[in-house]
This record gives sequence, C-alpha cells and structure tokens, in this order.
Amino acid sequence: MKSLLASTAILFAAALPGMAQDYTPDPDATPGGMITVTYKDDVATLDPAIGYDWQNWSMIKSLFDGLMDYVPGTTELRPGLAESHEVSEDGTVFTFKLREGVTFHNGREMTAEDVKYSLDRVTDPETQSPGAGFFASIAGFDAVSAGEAEGLSGVEVVDPLTVKITLSRPDATFLHVMALNFASVVPAEAVEEHGTDFGKHPVGTGAFKLGEWTIGQRLVFEKNADYWRDGVPYLDGVTFEVGQEPIVALLRLQQGEVDVPGDGIPPAKFQEVMGDPDQAARVVEGGQLHTGYITLNVGIEPLDKLEVREAINMAINKERITQIINGRAVPATQPLPPSMPGYTDGYEGYAHDIEAAKAKLAEAGVGDGFTTQLYVMNTDPNPRIAQAIQQDLKAIGVDVEIRSLAQANVIEAGGAGQAPMIWSGGMAWIADFPDPSNFYGPILGCAGAGEGGWNWSKFCDESIDAMATEADSITDPAAPERLEMWSDVYMKVMEQAPWVPVFNEQRYTMKSARMGGDDALYVDPVSIPVNYDYVYVTE
Amino acid sequence: MPGYLIRRLVQSALILLGVSFITFLLLYVLPADPVRQIAGRSATAQTVENIRHQLGLDQPLLVQYWRYLSGLVQGDMGRSYLQKTEVSSLIAARLPASLLLMAGGIVCELVIGLALGIIAAVFRGRPLDHALMVTSFVAVSAPQFVVGLLLLYLFAVQLGWFPIGGYGTFAHLVLPAVTLGIMGSGWYSRMMRSSMVDVLRQDYIRTARAKGLTRRRVLLRHALPNAILPIIAMIGIDIGIFMGGIVVVESVFGWPGIGQLAWQAIQRVDIPVIMGVTMVSAAAIVLGNLLADLITPFIDPRIKLR
Repeated sequence: MKSLLASTAILFAAALPGMAQDYTPDPDATPGGMITVTYKDDVATLDPAIGYDWQNWSMIKSLFDGLMDYVPGTTELRPGLAESHEVSEDGTVFTFKLREGVTFHNGREMTAEDVKYSLDRVTDPETQSPGAGFFASIAGFDAVSAGEAEGLSGVEVVDPLTVKITLSRPDATFLHVMALNFASVVPAEAVEEHGTDFGKHPVGTGAFKLGEWTIGQRLVFEKNADYWRDGVPYLDGVTFEVGQEPIVALLRLQQGEVDVPGDGIPPAKFQEVMGDPDQAARVVEGGQLHTGYITLNVGIEPLDKLEVREAINMAINKERITQIINGRAVPATQPLPPSMPGYTDGYEGYAHDIEAAKAKLAEAGVGDGFTTQLYVMNTDPNPRIAQAIQQDLKAIGVDVEIRSLAQANVIEAGGAGQAPMIWSGGMAWIADFPDPSNFYGPILGCAGAGEGGWNWSKFCDESIDAMATEADSITDPAAPERLEMWSDVYMKVMEQAPWVPVFNEQRYTMKSARMGGDDALYVDPVSIPVNYDYVYVTE
Repeated sequence: MPGYLIRRLVQSALILLGVSFITFLLLYVLPADPVRQIAGRSATAQTVENIRHQLGLDQPLLVQYWRYLSGLVQGDMGRSYLQKTEVSSLIAARLPASLLLMAGGIVCELVIGLALGIIAAVFRGRPLDHALMVTSFVAVSAPQFVVGLLLLYLFAVQLGWFPIGGYGTFAHLVLPAVTLGIMGSGWYSRMMRSSMVDVLRQDYIRTARAKGLTRRRVLLRHALPNAILPIIAMIGIDIGIFMGGIVVVESVFGWPGIGQLAWQAIQRVDIPVIMGVTMVSAAAIVLGNLLADLITPFIDPRIKLR
C-alpha cells in the first residue's frame, strides 16, 4: 500500500484490501415469488435518518442505498451508489463518482445534489437523527449541530455526478459511515411532500419499494424492477407481518405459512427445534458483531479498586452463563468479538478462578466481602443470567442485589452513574459497522462517561483515549499498524477491568424449506435476519 | 334526565382530566429519559439538548402539561417520539380492531357466563352447581397467555379449524374472542348464579309457577330480566378490565389492536403514545359506565335517573 501512496498523491480506495469490487451472483437463483417474514413489534419508521433498531435496519437497507455498501453476507465494503471514490493522501478529502442513470422509486434520476441534501438532512438537529454523531468528522458538523449553519460546509457538489466530502480530521472509518443507513440517499421532494411522515412513505433507490403499509398488521415490499444492480432482487416481494408472538411465528413456520421468523427461535423452543433433524437442517448459525458484558462502575466503592474489578472478572463462570442461553454464544475474553478486525488472538482474559479472586479481594482490603447491586433488563433470559452472576459472586463473598427493570430505566440508571454493575443483555453492543473503533467511543471512551452517556462503567483513561484517536487518524482502516493499535487499546482497557466481557452471541436464523441462497445471506452481519435483496425461493 | 346527563358528562370530563394529569405526572417522574432513547448512543450532548428543547421537555411539568391539554382539546394528541407519526392516526389505525375484539369478547363472556350462571342456579346445591363454580374459578385465575396458546394449539394447529393468529375474517376473531370470553365468564357466572338464586326465591316466581307456567317460561320471562340487572352495571366496569386482558390476547393472536401499541410504547418510553392510549382507554371506561347507567332504567322501570 505504501508504494501506491508514493506513486500518486491520490489513493484509489478500490484497491484497498478488504474492498471487494463486487459479488458473484448465485447461479442457482431463480427470480420470482414472495416470502413472509414475521415480527412481534410494529415497525417504528422506515426513514433512514431515524430508524435505528435491528428490525427496521435491514428493511431500510432494502429500500435505500448509500454511497458505499457491503458484499452480501460479509463485512467487506463494496461500492454502492458511488461507482468509485478517491481519497486524498492525508485522508481528509473523499471524492465520490456517482453511478449514472440510478433512479429513485418516484422515477427521478439521483444526482450529487441528493447526496448533499441527504447528509445535510441527517445532521440537521431538526431531523432528530440518532445517527447524526457518526458524521461528526465532516467539516462544518459542529456549526450545523449548534444550529449556526444551514448545511455541512464539507460536502460539496462538484458536478451532477461528483460529490466531494472534506473532513475536519482524518477518520479511518469514514467509508463505513457512508455505508450506514443514516447515509442513505433520499430525494428532497419526497421528504418535503411527506414531512415528518416520510418514514411511513419511504422513497429511495433500493432493490425494493414500499407497496403497502397497514399499521399494526403488515408491510409489503415490492421488487424495484428498475433497480440499478443487474439481476437482483430475485424475489417479487416480501411481506412483513407484525404483531406475531415468536412462539406463534414458529408454529406458523412449521405449518409452512411463514418463511422467516424475524425474531428468531424462541428460547423455550430452541432445544426442541435443534433436536429435530428436519427442523435443525433449516437453521443457519453465524457469528455476529456482538459482545454481552457486565459493566463495573469505577466511580462506586469498592468497585473503584482495580483488585475488586479483577476479582469479579475472575469469579464469573462464563461457560455456565453460556449454557443458560442454550449454548447460543461463545465465552468472551475482551470487548471486541472474534470476527472484528483488531481482535487480539491468543489473549486468555481473566480465567475463572475462585481462589485467586478471593485473594484479590483480600488484597483490596475487602476480604470479608461486600454488598452491591446488579441492574438488569427484565426480559428473559436476562434475569436468569443475572441470577447466575449473583451465584458466582456469592462464591467469593460478594452479595449482589438484583435490580430487574425495564430497559429504559436501566439505561437511565447507567447513564446517571447510579448502577454499580449492569448486565448489558438485551441492550448489549452490536456493532454499527465492522470496525474496532465502533466498540470504543460511546461505551468505553471518556466521551461516553459523562452524565447520561452510554459508558456505564464511567471508565475514562485519557491516555487510552488519545491512542484511540491516533488509531482513527490512520487513513487506511485495514492498515496493520492501525489494527494493532486498536488491539492495544482493548488490552489496556482489560488491564483496568471496567468490564467483564461475558459472551459473544451467535445468530440462528430459521427458514422455510423453500428458501434458497447461500447460508451467509441468512446470517448477514449487516442485514438481520436475512439479506432480502439476494435470497430467493426454490419453487 | 337531561340534568342527570349533563351532570354525568361533567363528572366524566373531570375524571378524564384527573387521569390525564396523574398519567402525565407519573411519566414525568419516571426514571427514564425519552430524549436519550431518541438521540441514540452516539449522540453528542448538544444533540441531546437540541432534541430536548424541540420536544419542549426542558420546560417545567405544568407548562408541558398545559401544552398537552391545549393540544388535546383541539384533537391533537401529539406525535410519537419514535415513529414520528401522529398519535391519533396510530390509535385510529388500531382502535377498530380492539373494539371488534372487545365486542366479540363481551358477547362470548356473556353467553358463556350467563348460561353457566343460570344452570348453576337452577341446579343449586347439586354436584353440577359445584362443578360449574369450580370451573369458573379456574377460568378466572388461569393466565390468559396460557389459555390463548392452549386454544391456539388445539383448534388452530392440531385441528386446523381456525387460522393461526392474524386479523381480517370472522374465523380470525373466534379464538381471541373466546379466550377473552373464557377469562371474563367466571365473574359473570358467579354474579348471575347468586342473582338468579335470589330472584328464584321471590314470591312472584312462586306465583308464576302456581299459575301453571312452564319451567322454561318462568325462567326466561320472569326470572332472567330481574336477575340480569346487576350484570349490566358489570359490563361497564368490565370494559376497564378488558383493556388489561386485551394486551395479552392481542399479542398471542397477533391482533392489531391498541393493546399491542400500548405495550410497545411503554417499552420504548414513547410518552405521547402512552398518554394517547391511556386517554382512549379511560374514555372507553367512562363511556361504558355511563352507558350502563343509562340503559338500566329501560330494563327496570323502577329505577329513575336523577
């Protein structure tokens, strides 16, 4: 890579490792057919600037496109609406060349103006986008955020098919940010027509368009016949039925009425399904960028002592907690999940060792034990996991009172710094994009440690923060020295033990017998539960 | 009568006002911040403040409440924080389904409850009476979730008589309505039994029998209309109880009613939606009670409304 940099001032990012040009379509794929996907909860909104839960995330991905995209079933970046892009040598200027002839669902051609409009819209405080913060590195963001400017000064329309984005600081993750749903390109006229109801009347450039939305009942996606990618989508459409209990959805799947239960296999039925070879054959297992952890609040006695936090790390029996969720996870040793770049191979973490844990407590001067509280979200299986943690800590003399509350109350207590310990289950971190930086800022960095922040252990180490910033200033996201730096960041975090990393959850997607397509599409890391654009039916 | 109606309407409005204030107050002191939920985990402090200001959540409680009330009287229930849609349109999309289910449920519980109650009263003291009363006790105490799933498994999955959840046709309505009916029927059968037992002891029943009327005619023409009075008041109260049961039944059967909407809103601290659903339910309860009171004199002319 260095030699390329030396030969030209401009680096063609398409040549970066991990940047696949495109995807080989499935030779067996046959076009046609509808599938049915069920969900328990209503779909909140399909506005790409606002939608931020795992349910609407993949729906939005099928309706909209951004400048960048991912190779289906992987975390590898590939070009999206931008045919190609160039990055200046200092990593602060990105020039995107747009594809010609891409049209929105309303028939109008997409241009560079739309890209600028969409980025201005998502960062505008009026939009109330939960994703605005991802764009903080674009020049002019602070002014927009403070309400002092109308649009981002760093986004410039060069010509109808070229857009230039200038950053105020190098940001290695910027291409990933441009692949986030928040960076989807939307047509101004449709947003203006529907105003705040745009999320109910989405218009994008995606593989599907919204055909019908009956609130509380169903959404029907129809194939976009003019989709700019040749050959896809294969399906004529997808029907999302909402308001279906997971257990009822499974019954319907077994009767052949449903193709994919969006909420997965209900925990109570997991062993029954996996014990039946016919059903188990239709379950696809895959990793996901997820870590479940216990936060240890470094501002509350006696968790402010390193030895105490180490002792708690040693006392937790991760294997047993994994068993509680039917083995649907692998025990974790560090904040990053194994499939994330920057993961430290060979790091053992804190081994389960009761005696060593007791010794550490004695060293900290609390050898007789103490009483503390563990906050946990009140939905299954989280209270059961909290009980296992309680038992583990009892073994070293620590009495844990369990505070089982609604999600919103746990988040509030964590943000306010009142919770000594929180089991993250149900609210655990799933990466927004496959880069190690995504597991740091809001949940381990100083920025998230303030009042109301999501760094619930309130851990803040300025030197580690500085190192993280430095790592993100390296232009090439996949540069070995950058990944090494991130690995060091997480190792230094573990030395101070503000977390007990417990497990990395596996994903299990069940499908009907008629569903076709590569297994990877059913555990797609960015499209949960499946990548609708590329799956097909065999009958 | 008009005076009575006006007095009751004013009373109802005051009750609704009280409900709205208490709910608003409870949501205000709730240890959960809707702004954090909207802003997301990567939000800057500035973004959080911006959103708080836009939603008016930086204002004192009474100012916020006043704004809500003035919107409400103009028919504006606000916008959902998370879906960004008008609360009124969210509720309007779901209310017909809930009302249909509620009507179906009430019919089922009346049919089941009254029939069991009458039979038990006629056979009072005999084994059938005891058996029916134990059954009604079990029906009242069984968890709705279990009853619903049991019916679903038996009649939809095993026998295939009804669709497995969903909404749209009469066949979809049967199982959820029967579930609600079974749950509520216990109260009605007990009430009906004791009321019937009471009536059957009255002199006019003895007279009717002495006149040589058939047993059937005595029961249906003379005893039933008199025994049913307390039941009517009960239906009014029952609407309130139904609101709770409907949440569970709607989610088991995938019924797109406001129960589901309420449950999702509570989980996500979507205050305008929670307020909206609470107000609609409260209005339904108030209205149900009012209707029950207004209907009573038509059945028993001895009762006068003042």
